[in-house]
Amino acid sequence: MFKILKYSFYDLARSRWSYVYFLFYLLLSSVLLFLNNDLSKAIITLMNVVLILVPLIGTIFGVMYYYNSQEFTTLLLAQPIKRSNVFLGQYLGVACSLSISLILGLGIPFMLYGLLQSTAIFNFLILLVVATFLTFIFSALAYNIALSNQNKIKGFGYAILLWLFMAVIYDGIVLISLVLLQEYPLEGLSLTAMLVNPIDLARTLIILKLDISALLGYTGAVFKSFFGTSQGFFMSFLLLFVWVILPIIRIFVVSRKKDF
Amino acid sequence: MVTVNNLHKKFNQNQVLKGVKLSIEEGKTTAILGPNGSGKTTLVKIILGMVLPNQGDVIFNNENIKNSWSYRKEIDYLPQIANFPANIKVQELINMIKDLRNKPARDKELIEYFNLGNYLNESLGNLSGGYKQKVNLLLTFMFDSPFIILDEPTSGLDPISLIRLKEFIKQEQAKGKTIIVTSHVMNFVEEVASHVIFILDGKVYFDGSLNSLKEQNKNVDLEHAIANILKENNV
Amino acid sequence: MSICRYLSFSIFCFVIQFAMAETINICATGCDFQSIQVAIDSAKSGDTLFIKKGVYKEFDITIYKKSLYISGETGTVIDVENKGYGFRVEATDISLKNITIKNILMSYTKEYAAVFLFKSYDFLLENITIEGAFFGILVQKSKNGKISNNVISGEGTSEANSGNAIHLWHSEHIKIENNKVFMMRDGIYLEFGNFCEINNNLSENNMRYGLHFMFSNNNSYTANVFNKNGAGVAVMFSKQIQMTRNTFKNNWGPTSYGLLLKEINDADIKHNIFENNTIGVNADGTNRINFTENNFFNNGYAVKVLGACYTNTYTKNNFLYNTFNLSYSGSLNSNTFSENYWSNYSGYDLNKDGIGDVPYRPVKLYSYLVNKTPEAIVLLRSLFIDIVDFSEKVSPVFTPENLIDDKPLMKKVIW
Repeated sequence: MFKILKYSFYDLARSRWSYVYFLFYLLLSSVLLFLNNDLSKAIITLMNVVLILVPLIGTIFGVMYYYNSQEFTTLLLAQPIKRSNVFLGQYLGVACSLSISLILGLGIPFMLYGLLQSTAIFNFLILLVVATFLTFIFSALAYNIALSNQNKIKGFGYAILLWLFMAVIYDGIVLISLVLLQEYPLEGLSLTAMLVNPIDLARTLIILKLDISALLGYTGAVFKSFFGTSQGFFMSFLLLFVWVILPIIRIFVVSRKKDF
Repeated sequence: MVTVNNLHKKFNQNQVLKGVKLSIEEGKTTAILGPNGSGKTTLVKIILGMVLPNQGDVIFNNENIKNSWSYRKEIDYLPQIANFPANIKVQELINMIKDLRNKPARDKELIEYFNLGNYLNESLGNLSGGYKQKVNLLLTFMFDSPFIILDEPTSGLDPISLIRLKEFIKQEQAKGKTIIVTSHVMNFVEEVASHVIFILDGKVYFDGSLNSLKEQNKNVDLEHAIANILKENNV
Repeated sequence: MSICRYLSFSIFCFVIQFAMAETINICATGCDFQSIQVAIDSAKSGDTLFIKKGVYKEFDITIYKKSLYISGETGTVIDVENKGYGFRVEATDISLKNITIKNILMSYTKEYAAVFLFKSYDFLLENITIEGAFFGILVQKSKNGKISNNVISGEGTSEANSGNAIHLWHSEHIKIENNKVFMMRDGIYLEFGNFCEINNNLSENNMRYGLHFMFSNNNSYTANVFNKNGAGVAVMFSKQIQMTRNTFKNNWGPTSYGLLLKEINDADIKHNIFENNTIGVNADGTNRINFTENNFFNNGYAVKVLGACYTNTYTKNNFLYNTFNLSYSGSLNSNTFSENYWSNYSGYDLNKDGIGDVPYRPVKLYSYLVNKTPEAIVLLRSLFIDIVDFSEKVSPVFTPENLIDDKPLMKKVIW
């Protein structure tokens, strides 16, 4: 598996898209730092972009890589290698190379700006960790979609739909149900709703570190006891981890039964 | 060496294999023939474990291949479409497959044989179809495994390379290797194969030596013999 | 001639007084007195009492209708040992300086204080350090005093078992300056306190309010810092309060405000800084209040306007990076927003007059939704909310149509 990972990674590390992705983040964070002149503000703006873009790029890239390397995958499958290792290796290759583009692209300008001396470093690290989680989650979901759809167009369609649902539609549904059910106690419901969707979970984790005043001011005991404690913080990370593991397990199961 | 029992395979509504039963003898070259969509490639892929049958078994060297992957160490496989990651160079791909199989390889010799020396540092994305097929061939034959599966090996090759390929297959046959080949090019098959399996609509219609096929159908060449089988079965 | 006569009379009086007034020393050994109370009892009006350094275990030290000037030196400590009040004073022309008072009795029924003034006029309380206070300085029915440079702190753990650092009740014309008050219930509390000036104090880590006005009119507070209190300042049921150059910061929590205004009329709020508060200003039933040239920076809500607010003006304020700039209940009610700087204003200024050509809408649909359904806060900063806010900006349906700043500034207001 690590050999496949290694080669997928090399392959992607030389792909134009990795550089485009890297340069995009480099530019984005440099411009934000230049314009804002304030680390915390730059981190907030960055969060807005990261939460939308990372899942999108993760899904699109994952699906694209799968379809583009289909023939090569066939070649690998004829080699004496375990099936699941081929897919897992490729998946990890995609996820790792995307993550590294992201971490370097965001990290370098912040480093140069003097992040290390700043108190914002912890917030920035959380942003990076969360963004990396999202990359792993969404490229895994993309691999699932691609594995289940032989038809490229369909695969891309589902990938975009998945992103749209997770990033936008889901929140719309949550908001509408909160407004409709406002006579009932909603703390548990809204908390659960945020824990279920990895993008929301990621957003909540970052916001809790940045906009804590507004959040704590407006939410009741359940939120405070959950997010206010380190226990809730770890729980959130655990859930992000589960979000990575579940699609990977499905990659295992589906790839074992699939014909190529 | 390979025994296939009662293989059934269905893709969605499409029943591709309907109880295929055959055996590949050790040391012989067997051609699997049949019109497009008759199930040749599916059969080959089942033997390789890439497609899982709905029913039936494949016995490779007295061992059922179900849920096993290590038996593929004995197999060299030439896939039908050679498409490689675009950013990797030829040499790197060779090194990678060597690394993956972790086995002595005769790549130097084959690079010379297929005239690939000048292309080792090209990215695979920049190679023409013919050269890709050459790389494909090289990767297949590199490991000198006792069992070889060639799926449409002649596609995209220029005449000289085709001759070289045939010569090469002859060499391998001389070493006593077992070879399965699928092809549309009948005279290629006639030249390299000693045994023919004809598949139509997911069933085996003929399984025997090349000569007996010709005799049975009183034809001098394979093409007409095949045509004859098709006629007899009112296809 | 008459001036000369007046002058000589004054000198005569002064000499008389000087001749009569004495300085009485108090210390453990070798002084006039060992006990402060005994010294006070035997002193006469106009005397000066000097308490030398040392720990005096006395409580309920009472001064009744005597004008005394009491001072200590570094190391003069009165340990009340949780037995009652420190000083109980009912007198005119009195001063108390340079003393440390410790360990005041806590009670759920009586307001024990380190210094308790009742019907006292012309007083000065200066450089008094109060530790372990229940109440610090409690002033009732008094006038014309000055409370300055004191440091007052408590050890209470809840609002119920702690008192206020400086507490005025039915008192007038009192200056409260340069005090440092912390870890009490309220830092400074005025109930029926009029014409008072509260300047340059630091009030922090108090459980309830940094500064609290109840039924107190015609007061001003200037250049104070309110940090990490339950709420910075609460002004309730009061009129004519001037609030200038104060800093309200770090008041975080479910019911935390920088400045809480409830039922107040005719106030000026100018040149204040509201920073890192859950809610910068919470206005409930306020009339004719002018918010001018204040900075709202990094708050959850900069301003939250509840019902029954009329004719308030918000002019030339800077709203910088607040999660929500404004939350608004009910209709506009002749309140106006004009010429403010909003950091998230995205309009343009074609004629270069420094005023944006497109009006700014300080209320977002999302803040309106959060008002109705607080749990919707979990969606803060999500893409969906951005889309919702954007579409509301393009065609307002839910937020009050005329609630706009029609002259949003392009540049920060400098003051």
